[in-house]
Amino acid sequence: MTEMLARLGAGWILAVRHLGRALLLLLRILEGLDELVRRPRLLVEQLFSVGVLTVLIIGVSGLFVGMVLSLQGYYILSQFDAESALGVMVAASLLRELGPVVTALLFAGRAGSALTAEIGLMKATEQLSGLEMMAVDPVRRVLTPRFLAGFLAMPLLAALFSALGVLGGWFVGVGLLGVDDGTWWVQMQARIDWHEDLYNGVVKSLVFGFVCTWIAVFQGYNSLPTSAGVSRATTRTVVHSSLAVLGLDFVLTALMFK
Amino acid sequence: MKTSKTVEILVGAFVAAGLLALFFLAMKVSNLGTLDTSETYQVIARFDNIGSLKVKAPVTMAGVEVGRVSDIGFDQERYQAVVKLALYKRFDRIPDDTFAKILTAGLLGEQYVGLDPGGSDTYLKEGDEIEITQSAMVLEDVIGQFIFGKAQDKEKKQ
Repeated sequence: MTEMLARLGAGWILAVRHLGRALLLLLRILEGLDELVRRPRLLVEQLFSVGVLTVLIIGVSGLFVGMVLSLQGYYILSQFDAESALGVMVAASLLRELGPVVTALLFAGRAGSALTAEIGLMKATEQLSGLEMMAVDPVRRVLTPRFLAGFLAMPLLAALFSALGVLGGWFVGVGLLGVDDGTWWVQMQARIDWHEDLYNGVVKSLVFGFVCTWIAVFQGYNSLPTSAGVSRATTRTVVHSSLAVLGLDFVLTALMFK
Repeated sequence: MKTSKTVEILVGAFVAAGLLALFFLAMKVSNLGTLDTSETYQVIARFDNIGSLKVKAPVTMAGVEVGRVSDIGFDQERYQAVVKLALYKRFDRIPDDTFAKILTAGLLGEQYVGLDPGGSDTYLKEGDEIEITQSAMVLEDVIGQFIFGKAQDKEKKQ
């Protein structure tokens, strides 16, 4: 019994310790932001690996999610003779939920895991220590640009996802299922509010970008400098990011849409 | 590793595509492109029952949108709903004896305020009240009246 209590307590202390370390790391990362003003190249390089290389999977997923939404929505809405609301349904679900959330989940799998593995390996091969030996702060030089790139790339990726999703849904709904083209766009513009739907979705993806890259960067920096340690840190990045995104999404949705 | 120029071009294209997608969502998908931001003047109208009228519902005259519902309140003394209508300034010649009624778009559609012009020479201005109003049609009331009317018909026949 006391053994179990002790284990529970140890687990809590470890969790709190990790949280504290992650917060301190975040502060150090944010302190290094002025470095990027002097060296914008660092940010561009990271935007390439975090953003550009993720575009393909985001674009393809967005297109197909939109197409499936349109297909499924059509079957349900046509039972109520409400096919004209198909565009509204597709756009609202993409802008409010699927765009930010699915993008964040894919981002955690594609870019977050890569970030963790890269930083973890840098640590394992003592490149970070090498930087320190040359009096270069590895947090400012390595972590800050990666963090900012992830934070900035996420809303752009989510916007791409939603836009391609709407186009995919349009292709299926208007092109294949015969919903009227004018009805699709006019109903959509009448019912989708730029503040309620679009702006809130962008805020969501900014929050997700912040949390996902923070977790990825922290896990990499905090990983054990062995191959097993890096592999475990990469797994943790994907699991923690996904859980954080889904949990935060619920909280944000409850706060935003009353 | 790609040359730095290619990286820069690709990153630029990525950022441009992302911003373009945001612009597309704002202008083509949401109502930002069709939003009427023209100046408005407020008039109020009291209704016995507004049904399920919502803020931002359109106010139309002859089917043309001339304003939006900007606020819905409740008058505790007269037990009536107080609806604030924001009418666009370019429609400044709406007679002050105009008749306001709450209508439904389609059988199950959303409700909006329809205005029928009166014959007065003076026009509505900021802060005025539309005196003549007609409440929303509530389905239960209509069915109730119908059944009541049927019962009365039967009594007459007997």
